[in-house]
Amino acid sequence: MISQPAQDDRGADVADGPSGTGSRGTRILGLVVLAGIALGAYLALVSSPPDVNMGDSVRLIYLHVPVVTVAYLACGLVTVASVMYLWKKSAWWDVTAAASAEIGLVFTCLTLVTGAIWGKPTWGTFWVWDPRLTATAMLALLLFGYQAVRHLPGDPTSRARRSAIVGLLVLPNVFLDNRAVTWWRSLHQGTTILNTLQPKIHDQMAFALVFNIFVGLLLAAWLMIHRWRLAWLEQQVEVAELDEAIAERRAEGAAPGTPAPGTPTPAATPTPATPTVADPTPATPTPASPTPASTSARTEVQP
Amino acid sequence: MFRDALAVAGKDLRIEARSRVALNQVAPFALLVLILFAFALDPDSGVLHSATPGLYWVAVLFCAVLAIQRAFAIESADANQDALRLSGLEPAGIFLGKMLAICAQLAALEVLLGLGVVVLYNSPPTGWLLLVVTCVAATAGIAAAGTLYGVLAAGLRVRETLLPLLLLPVLAPVLIGSTRAFEAARNSTPSQGWPWVGLLVVFAVGYTVFGAFGFGPLLEES
Amino acid sequence: MSDWGFVWLGWGISAAVLIAYACWIILRGRAISRRVAPQDRRWL
Repeated sequence: MISQPAQDDRGADVADGPSGTGSRGTRILGLVVLAGIALGAYLALVSSPPDVNMGDSVRLIYLHVPVVTVAYLACGLVTVASVMYLWKKSAWWDVTAAASAEIGLVFTCLTLVTGAIWGKPTWGTFWVWDPRLTATAMLALLLFGYQAVRHLPGDPTSRARRSAIVGLLVLPNVFLDNRAVTWWRSLHQGTTILNTLQPKIHDQMAFALVFNIFVGLLLAAWLMIHRWRLAWLEQQVEVAELDEAIAERRAEGAAPGTPAPGTPTPAATPTPATPTVADPTPATPTPASPTPASTSARTEVQP
Repeated sequence: MFRDALAVAGKDLRIEARSRVALNQVAPFALLVLILFAFALDPDSGVLHSATPGLYWVAVLFCAVLAIQRAFAIESADANQDALRLSGLEPAGIFLGKMLAICAQLAALEVLLGLGVVVLYNSPPTGWLLLVVTCVAATAGIAAAGTLYGVLAAGLRVRETLLPLLLLPVLAPVLIGSTRAFEAARNSTPSQGWPWVGLLVVFAVGYTVFGAFGFGPLLEES
Repeated sequence: MSDWGFVWLGWGISAAVLIAYACWIILRGRAISRRVAPQDRRWL
């Protein structure tokens, strides 16, 4: 429920819970990620040699491949989480699908951008209708569609169900798109990304690439934890707001002068000030009801 | 289940026969799209002729979006959706029925568009068997995917913008496959077209099966 | 533009986007956290 935070005698906030999405674990992980990024960038931009064929533009591969890896993993996770939600009906999976879809969309768009920026010096053009590029573009569009369904107004359960159906189809659709486009483009013998990478990668380059992939995965984990917690908080707020709205509607239906059943705070009661409605002093122990299902179990406001 | 499907399909087609929206609005829109393509591309240099398969199927996809939106718009009036839920009809049957009705309307639109490209783009059809089978497979796929995403978007205020965004990326393989099949038919190399028909059939079967299962829960939500 | 120009462009855009995204998540997390009762703020 939305309430004033409980205050102690000094008037300071008594924060029983965390003040954001961070925790000790994520702070440590964050520091590790920052160190990893610094080292990975050094490896990619400074210490590794330029490629024989591509020159310095190979340094974008050290960025592009980790981004692609994260994007594809996140999208796979959306599908898995959607299936699990439809099976288990657990909110945990729904929130996982939401968080990984957003991260997947950000990284897929970054994939397209970094790929295009790499393509200009390498192929001379920002875009080719290469099967993998085209399938990635379609993936981005499918994820935009998922986001649209995710942000529909209304009841969380119905939204979760709709999103799960759309999310579950993301992977099969991308697979079908990829098959169709590969087949189509193979008729024209187009080049693929793999052809332009040396088959035998110089050791230092291989290490830089693998290290950066690893750092990318750690960064994705950090983002995922925070985004998951954020999505969870948003859901709590939404459920609490629904509760409050329901309580207010009930209050309107109740006869005037009687305390509204389950009204969380005095300020929310539309009835005129009566002796039974307490003044909103900070010391009033507002009934902080933890779960949305306990509407009827809330205590009435004490004078 | 099939009896339910025929009942729902019959209802939808009867509504269309009485309101004639597909006839009066979607069909002219189909011809309008063909004409707009002619305005955008150079009609004299043969571009229209060589691009005919692709332009034809893009036009079909646009009309399909309209037809599907219409198919679910008729349900949102007068609390029809509640009536459908309470009617005791099997959800898979309702899905198949709606899909069949959309197939019928799309088939009519495809014939019309076919006449349009023959006349307007100077593209006489060849390879009849391949053309017809491609149309059947592609239409089934479009209708199946369209009915599934249509019910998902049904009843929402944003459905007009949501449905194309959800549906068209999903229909990309259908566009690729049917265009390639049409090109093979036109180039008199049907052996290159039949594998694409295979892809279309896989798509249609997959979405029909998935749609039949997924329709029930989504109908409850709408 | 030389190869290095593209390299800086790519790395720069990626860094900017990811830093902005991370900041957005953290700040929005703090803002919403304030609106939720303390015991509801975590899964466990």
